Amino acid sequence: MKSSTTFENLPPWLEFFTFPSVNVLHVLLGCIILGVSAGLLGSFAFLRKRSLLGDALSHAALPGVCMAFMLTGTKNPVVILCGAVFSCWAGALAIEWIVKYTRCKEDSALGMVLSVFFGLGILLLTHIQKSGQAAQSGLDKFLFGQAASLVERDLYILGGLGLVLCLIVILAFKEFKIVSFDPDFAQAVGLPVRLVEFSLATLIVLAVCIGLQAVGVVLMAAMLVTPAAAARFWTNNLSRMLWLATLFGGLSGAIGAYVSYLSVKMPTGPWMVVAVTSIFIGSFLFAPQRGALARARRHRLFRQKTAKENILRTTYKFAEQAGRWDTPVSLNELLQHREMSTAQLRRTIHRLTRAGFIEETHVGLLHLTEAGKEEAERVTRLHRLWELYLMTKLEIAPDHVHDDAEEIEHILTPDLERRLLLELEGELTDPHGQKIPGSLAVVAEEKRRK
Amino acid sequence: MMATPAEEIPIEVHDLTVAYQHRPVLWDIDLCFPQGQLIGIVGPNGAGKSTLIKAIMGLVPLASGHVEIFGQRSRQALRSVAYVPQRESVDWDFPTTALDVVLMGRYGQLPLFGRPRAKDKEIARQSLEKVGMGDYADRQISQLSGGQQQRVFLARALAQQTRVYLMDEPFAGVDAATEKAIVTILRELQAEGSTVIVVHHDLHSVPDYFDHVLLLNLRTVAFGPVATTFTEENLNATYGGRLHLLSDVTERLRQGEWSARKQAK
Repeated sequence: MKSSTTFENLPPWLEFFTFPSVNVLHVLLGCIILGVSAGLLGSFAFLRKRSLLGDALSHAALPGVCMAFMLTGTKNPVVILCGAVFSCWAGALAIEWIVKYTRCKEDSALGMVLSVFFGLGILLLTHIQKSGQAAQSGLDKFLFGQAASLVERDLYILGGLGLVLCLIVILAFKEFKIVSFDPDFAQAVGLPVRLVEFSLATLIVLAVCIGLQAVGVVLMAAMLVTPAAAARFWTNNLSRMLWLATLFGGLSGAIGAYVSYLSVKMPTGPWMVVAVTSIFIGSFLFAPQRGALARARRHRLFRQKTAKENILRTTYKFAEQAGRWDTPVSLNELLQHREMSTAQLRRTIHRLTRAGFIEETHVGLLHLTEAGKEEAERVTRLHRLWELYLMTKLEIAPDHVHDDAEEIEHILTPDLERRLLLELEGELTDPHGQKIPGSLAVVAEEKRRK
Repeated sequence: MMATPAEEIPIEVHDLTVAYQHRPVLWDIDLCFPQGQLIGIVGPNGAGKSTLIKAIMGLVPLASGHVEIFGQRSRQALRSVAYVPQRESVDWDFPTTALDVVLMGRYGQLPLFGRPRAKDKEIARQSLEKVGMGDYADRQISQLSGGQQQRVFLARALAQQTRVYLMDEPFAGVDAATEKAIVTILRELQAEGSTVIVVHHDLHSVPDYFDHVLLLNLRTVAFGPVATTFTEENLNATYGGRLHLLSDVTERLRQGEWSARKQAK
């Protein structure tokens, strides 16, 4: 009978998903909640450009954690949390005082507080470890985090607090939003800005402190900032950005818990950071509008459009000079007039042929189609209109307008074209004495429409 | 000696002094802004024009003096004034739409934890329409031009539905069409009886735009109707000569780090 043994003897990486013990579930839930609250509160730090402050504060929590242990001899999560929060606040106050009463600016204040508090924390940690107390063996986990050390008690307290933080953000969303965007205006409409800023700072401190056990003091900053930075690539809407940041944070937390299950000795913090950074890199590359690949694609399409329009224009110019719009032009002639490689020219010709603008009669000889003639006229019109505009309205010398028009002709929209035509109505012969093709017809059409 | 009762004076400034790092920026300003007028504030760079606006709105600490809004000194009274800050005061990369920004003008009317209601959204949309930005409601603010951003700020102030407007350089860096549009709206506001106070940067347009003018340079040089106040003599006093003695005294104050004035009571 095989059925009853299907769930035994699974490899660990699969076994995780069957939740072999309740503790696995605790660790997983705890890490998800920590990731969610860090991502959520971290978004506000990110938007208010206070990300470095989050880093300084998480490092500043270490001496508080150690002192809480030294004073009480226990690792009760409430006690440790209080010590961490107290230490964080001391760090925040120290930063404010340094900026206010010395000539140091915020960046040096942050650097000083971060290193001094962290150094003090390491001192205390070493002292504790040397003193050989039995319960102390867990404290060094606070450096890089150890999710496996989360037990049921931790889940209720830290996880519960994390949920409360998220709830407060949902409730006070509009207050946090306006104070982050325009604190002066917020004060002008009567909101208690200092109270809101204080609350936000407190929530960020709490989000940092509840995450310390799983992520660690050194890397907590990444869990605050990176989810928000990744989310920013995907949307311009604040609510959606926050949802995404919490999703990314929670996902990274889950991955950290997973790794912690597979290898108990492995510190969780670095793995959560690797997870969230991978999400960031993925966002940087693949986000639809702002992602690197999307942008590269837009650039490539624009370059292709430019090349196509340039070839059409040059072909049209030859045709104009010869008097017939379907005059055949050779590839060599095109290559002489346009700076491109033969391979680029061939590709462009291929695209133009596919679009129906060009026909290749013999090898190396091509001419415009009817559709190609109209398209070429359109681009030529834009080029010459822009030259005319520069000459008449900006009073730029005639021999200086060509290069400018070479670039601008590719970005003028039909709407801009209409406006140009109406503005230049009186002068529809371009600076080099050529008529602007199709212009009079378009102007007449516009007038008829009005 | 007041002819008008205090409750009808939109903004009254008593003996206001503001110092920045022990250096006075505004010295002994004493003003009574009349209701229902279009008032311009002009002066050279560093004259304290923006600081005066911010001091009225309670955004900078006062070294001495106080401000009354319709006779009141409370923070609640500030809600009767719509403040339009400089465009640079905000990060326009913030992920939010034009409508969202205008909706923030309604937040003063909402309770803690309260969400904007349908009525607030309607008012916000109408305010955007009034400034000609109705089609841009869902546009991201980072995609707006300077003139459009200024209109969004103005719409936000309109959404507050008050009778007093304080604007800090609304025409700076704005295209001609937007400038005309804004002036038209300001005139409409004034015709409805609102008081509009504008920090302005361009002297030439003062007689065209404003009924009253305040000439400011650290202290009040002159204040009154444009016809009688905007004179060459007053302009020379504002932009011309330096108050050498006052400069030297304030420099001593700054170096010695003594308080500029006794604290306001």
